[in-house]
Amino acid sequence: MGRYLIRRILQSIPILVVISLIVFILIQLTPGGPMAAFEENPNLTPEDLARLEEQLGLNKPIHVKYYEWAKRIVQGDWGFSQSTRRPVLEEIFERLPNTLQLMGISFLMTLAIALPIGAISALKQYSLFDHIMTTFAFIGQAIPVFWFGLVLIIFFHVGLNNPTDSGGNFALSHLWDCQTCKPLFPGGGMNTYGLDDPPFSNRLYHLILPVTMLGIVGVGTYARYMRGSMLEVVHNDYIRTARSKGLTERAITLRHAVKNAALPIVTIMALELPSLFGGALFTETIFSWPGVARLFFRAAQRVDYPLLMGIILINSFLIIFFNLVADIVYAYLDPRIRYE
Amino acid sequence: MATTTDAPAITLSNKQYRPPTSMTRLIWNRFTKHRLAVVGLIVMIILVSSAAFAPLIRDHDPYKSSFRTRYEAPSLEFPMGTDDLGRDILTRILYGGRISLSVGMLAIIIAITIGTTVGALSGFYGGRVDNVLMRLVDVMLSMPRLFMLIVITMLLRSVNSPALQFLGGVPIIVVVIGILAWMGVARLVRASFLSLKEKEFVEAARAAGASNLRIIVRHILPNSMTPIIVAATLGLAGAIISESGLSFLGLGVQVPTPTWGNMLTNAQDEMLKGHAWMAIFPGLMIFVTVIAMNFVGDGLRDALDPHKSH
Repeated sequence: MGRYLIRRILQSIPILVVISLIVFILIQLTPGGPMAAFEENPNLTPEDLARLEEQLGLNKPIHVKYYEWAKRIVQGDWGFSQSTRRPVLEEIFERLPNTLQLMGISFLMTLAIALPIGAISALKQYSLFDHIMTTFAFIGQAIPVFWFGLVLIIFFHVGLNNPTDSGGNFALSHLWDCQTCKPLFPGGGMNTYGLDDPPFSNRLYHLILPVTMLGIVGVGTYARYMRGSMLEVVHNDYIRTARSKGLTERAITLRHAVKNAALPIVTIMALELPSLFGGALFTETIFSWPGVARLFFRAAQRVDYPLLMGIILINSFLIIFFNLVADIVYAYLDPRIRYE
Repeated sequence: MATTTDAPAITLSNKQYRPPTSMTRLIWNRFTKHRLAVVGLIVMIILVSSAAFAPLIRDHDPYKSSFRTRYEAPSLEFPMGTDDLGRDILTRILYGGRISLSVGMLAIIIAITIGTTVGALSGFYGGRVDNVLMRLVDVMLSMPRLFMLIVITMLLRSVNSPALQFLGGVPIIVVVIGILAWMGVARLVRASFLSLKEKEFVEAARAAGASNLRIIVRHILPNSMTPIIVAATLGLAGAIISESGLSFLGLGVQVPTPTWGNMLTNAQDEMLKGHAWMAIFPGLMIFVTVIAMNFVGDGLRDALDPHKSH
């Protein structure tokens, strides 16, 4: 295990280097740059500009520049946001917990719903439940996340008609509480506005719609994988052995089938992570969730390249890290992998 | 062997003679057995032709705003309502379909071209070429795709070139979606090449003196078409979602050019003002297209490769 661990960690280093190289090249391509302000100054001669470039270290060869940039990244100096003038890393770390909270809860909910659904529909293949589940999974995978978010807000927050217009509303929110026509769920933010010390239940209340939105694609994807994986597992010899030993169906399913079927899902999780980040971008934007993805969206609107590149870099690091974790967990759970 | 029917069938050793079924016919027969795939195909044909013949269906101008018809709720006159500038949403959806569907198709052509080339080289040559190219795929898959999409689009948008800015930046979106969507295809094609290059027909071609390029293009590639076609169908759905997502954020195709995505840009604010129809219909079009393409893709997979069921 130790050797596998070291080998796997070493393998991710070149990927890190190449990603940092790509981000570095993108930064070099950004318009403007440190010399732009000086070039517009009519009082500066070309000689002055050349001297400035020399002094600022901008005329160094590209590989030296990359080395110096990478050194600063490792030391934690990621530059400053152009719109807020604050250090990029500070901006990111301020919001990272919010993003991880949203993504983490959404991810756990997805698994908690998708894995049992997938397992049951495999055990009852071609039953009514299976058909409904397969259709649902198909819809979940095809629905555009951002549109699903809007639809959720329509049904559970604003209603179909003008909120000030009391007649003819048929949104669920108004069915639920028609006296005051209060929205069923909050349509944005992390806590109720104006609350000094909001309890965690308030946070959970605000998480319902965003988590549903972010989880919808995952539920479909994981349920389908789990179903397929289960169908393969139940035909294995060890299931027959377990059955011939006289174990109850319940024990066979839980202890032998589900456990083995869930194994490959670990790898899928790592592969799905980038799309979870993408989903978070829409979720945080639509539900004004103050996380890294929303920060990215704001930075894109303000053309704040240092912040954009910083967020891409940190997200890539997170993806690589979780890939590594997934591989290690997989190797731990399935010893065959280690001796490949 | 005498038959009692009026038109006697030609009989060959007790079996009725039927003309041989062609490959295309076989595939088509298998495809039509997949009922949802046929529905998907019909939906796609309707969507593409209604976008192509938009002026024949609605004679409204998709660009002309009118103050008198702002925020009309769906009615007989405006089946999908009107938007904040008084434009007919159905008309904009028809014209937007042109952009959304062609962006998706062009982007997926780019992605398939890159993916097939990389996968073919990787699978055929193996060794160091394979190693380098597959690590590149790993790198691309480890980057947050949507975020990269946004940043590269922004970078290209800052280039002052009329060719790139054509139709609200459509060429930029096409290229960027294309160069960020080829990795899956590359892996599929590589796997297919790895297994096919050991086959006898490749050996035969080599013995006959065929060059590597000829073997790749004329012998192995035609046999790897199944995964490529299926990936292209499913990829088209993905590309349409990418474009609409980007445009929804206001970072994709720029107004006034309509796409299903950018028609949703201000939808959230409009919903809060009670104009929910502005959010519902464009998104519904994306949803229907993606579901239809997924069905067609599933049907094609079963039809082209009957041995493998997913």
